[in-house]
Amino acid sequence: MASTEALLPVTSRQDPLSESRSDQIPETRRKRPIKVHLAVCSGLLLIALYVTLIVTHDGSTAQNGAKDETSTESRARLAGVSEKSNDRVWRLSGDGKTEAFPWNNTMLSWQRTAFHFQPEKNWMNDPNGPLFYKGWYHFFYQYNPNAAVWGDIVWGHAVSKDLIHWLYLPLAMVPDKWYDANGVWTGSATFLDDGSIVMLYTGSTDKFVQVQNLAYPEDPSDPLLLKWTKFSGNPVLVPPPGIGAKDFRDPTTAWKTSSGKWRITIGSKVNRTGISLLYDTTDFKTYEKHETLLHQVPNTGMWECVDFYPVSKTKVNGLDTSVKGPDVKHIVKASMDDTRIDHYAIGTYYDSNGTWVPDNPSIDVGISTGLRYDYGKFYASKTFYDQNKKRRILWGWIGESDSEAADVQKGWSSVQGIPRTVVLDTKTGKNLVQWPVEEIESLRLSNKKFHMKVGPGTVVPIDVGSAAQLDIEAEFKIKKEDLEIIFGEDSVEADEEFSCQNGGGSTVRGALGPFGFSVLADQSLSEHTPVYFYVTKGKDSKLKTFFCTDTSRSTMANDVVKPVYGSFVPVLKGEKLTMRILVDHSIVEGFAQGGRTCITSRVYPTKAIYGATKLFLFNNAIDATITASFKVWQMNSAFIHPYSADDL
Amino acid sequence: MKLIVMVMTMMMISEGSMIDQTCKQTPDFKLCVSLLNSDPRGSSADISGLALILIDKIKVLATKTLTEINGLYKKRPELKQALDQCSRRYKTILNADVPEAIEAISKGVPKFGEDGVIDAGVEASVCEEGFQGKSPLTSLTKSMQNISSVTRAVVRMLL
Repeated sequence: MASTEALLPVTSRQDPLSESRSDQIPETRRKRPIKVHLAVCSGLLLIALYVTLIVTHDGSTAQNGAKDETSTESRARLAGVSEKSNDRVWRLSGDGKTEAFPWNNTMLSWQRTAFHFQPEKNWMNDPNGPLFYKGWYHFFYQYNPNAAVWGDIVWGHAVSKDLIHWLYLPLAMVPDKWYDANGVWTGSATFLDDGSIVMLYTGSTDKFVQVQNLAYPEDPSDPLLLKWTKFSGNPVLVPPPGIGAKDFRDPTTAWKTSSGKWRITIGSKVNRTGISLLYDTTDFKTYEKHETLLHQVPNTGMWECVDFYPVSKTKVNGLDTSVKGPDVKHIVKASMDDTRIDHYAIGTYYDSNGTWVPDNPSIDVGISTGLRYDYGKFYASKTFYDQNKKRRILWGWIGESDSEAADVQKGWSSVQGIPRTVVLDTKTGKNLVQWPVEEIESLRLSNKKFHMKVGPGTVVPIDVGSAAQLDIEAEFKIKKEDLEIIFGEDSVEADEEFSCQNGGGSTVRGALGPFGFSVLADQSLSEHTPVYFYVTKGKDSKLKTFFCTDTSRSTMANDVVKPVYGSFVPVLKGEKLTMRILVDHSIVEGFAQGGRTCITSRVYPTKAIYGATKLFLFNNAIDATITASFKVWQMNSAFIHPYSADDL
Repeated sequence: MKLIVMVMTMMMISEGSMIDQTCKQTPDFKLCVSLLNSDPRGSSADISGLALILIDKIKVLATKTLTEINGLYKKRPELKQALDQCSRRYKTILNADVPEAIEAISKGVPKFGEDGVIDAGVEASVCEEGFQGKSPLTSLTKSMQNISSVTRAVVRMLL
């Protein structure tokens, strides 16, 4: 999705309703005693009116008028917030040099990925209810059967033995009940003690209220779980008092409490505070709502797709969602509606009262400088516990960054990221580490190994043949002497201000970077996507490393969003700089330091396609010589196709 | 009860301040107010309702522009390629962006509405660019860009 450059002014208006009211009708206040109340009551009543207009079901009532008054102010601040969502700002180059780009079918059909999950056509968004059952990995997803834009949402379904080779199955659930007539939305699966599956999902009712519904496999003996039954008593949860009818969605997988009950959490908001509601149940049909929340963070807006799960402090395997104890930390993750960014934080869960406290409140869930699974295009993500291989696996929705006209023309929109394992980084203890599931290595075909020294200001073509489907694993070393010189030199100043987004992209040269690969490049590098490290001299003369992807020159087309993505990546003493890159046509996934920092980008070259796609290694640093050791594999297609009897 | 009814009636009359309040937070106050006041639903709409009114304006403008584009094929045959591109772009606004935005806002998932509205501005810009400075549609495409950015600001208030 591209966005116009004409954005909002950063004015922050501080006039709550009641103030403006009194300005507008002073004379009536003097004339009629009843109207003396106007200034005071008007704010409250207007809000009551507003709220009653919004509430279409009798699920919720307005709470405190005072709370809603502050919401007008914070909405003004919203105008400022949107400015920060850089990757949704898009500039049309008005210099006349770039021609407006008519996409032709050759260019568009190249964009389809070879080994990422995407339906045969049309729109997809959130991953739903992922699970492993009777030998199959199941994947469900938000799907529009009718168009290449969001709408008419149903649950798509696919299965795989290995999380890579998917087989399309018929739709799992469609909007055929009053309680999901306007949308069968996101949900999660839970395994009960007897191994049976329950699915909780959000339905948009015939009156546009968001409710939670229960569904389960019609035939548990069917390993393909083709058919699903909706509980006759649905909905099992409706928006509670104080929660908006349209602010109640995406129930999580349940976890067992010490008292033996099941517990789930559902994201919402109260004014601008993102919250996570908590419910206990024994049968998934009736629930007790907790008075307290699992967690909340002010000024983060609506929390969508909340996820809550344990990670081991010491081991590398994943944990079942119900695991608790001293060897475990808990992750709270939410998708921020306001910024389209997934954030998570690490903390401690207290089962007895259902609360969770972050280890570091300054980077709490949803804080803009907090942790993200991915610093590129990655949203509505969801994990599940894979009991087959004892892993926790992360799915993420990767939307398009092009125009909807292109999506309509090519007939599809969105892919899923390659599923990743998620564990706590036991070395830093302060972040998660993600890595593409090992099964993806089954797609590796031939490979070439390289080892080379690259001086400052050099670009090296890497001959690997076809370059649109690649798996690259690389290690970089900065020449020791160069590092020592740079440390010693006072003239090389500490680069306090660097960030990938503000660093100007890959052409801005520093002493120690940028260096990395240019993928999806054409021979003349008129189109290319650099994935790189940028090492800076931080304060105390310590090195600070950033991992970035620069899509600003990825295409000549001007109706595409082309941000520079990335973040700081922790590099511990003695570690070499490592990166892995998966290239699959219009998607690039980069992983630095074994997955400490990950970046997913969507890229739409017009020239660097088919046989013209090339790979380059580059070192744009001013001072440092880099030694690069790397392996490049050709990646096979996953040949994702509709399930047939031959697939058994 | 009488007091409440009277006060509420007074508020209905000066309900224009909901439009004022909303429009103050958009990039073009005057445009916003004139668009919303020109629709009878504007005076009693909540923010969702105001957003839907604006999306309707986008739809109307897109239809008008498509009519203009169709007329230009005969008058300016040398512009065929750019007109084809514009036709495609504006059909996207009408057939994809607008329905997506209406559904999203009605159902309370405004982020997809924001996407659709932003895209309407993008499609208009791309269409305009196709004429490389000699566009016969400039006032229409500019209008779409402006309405799109105003509408986006309103939709963001729902997030």
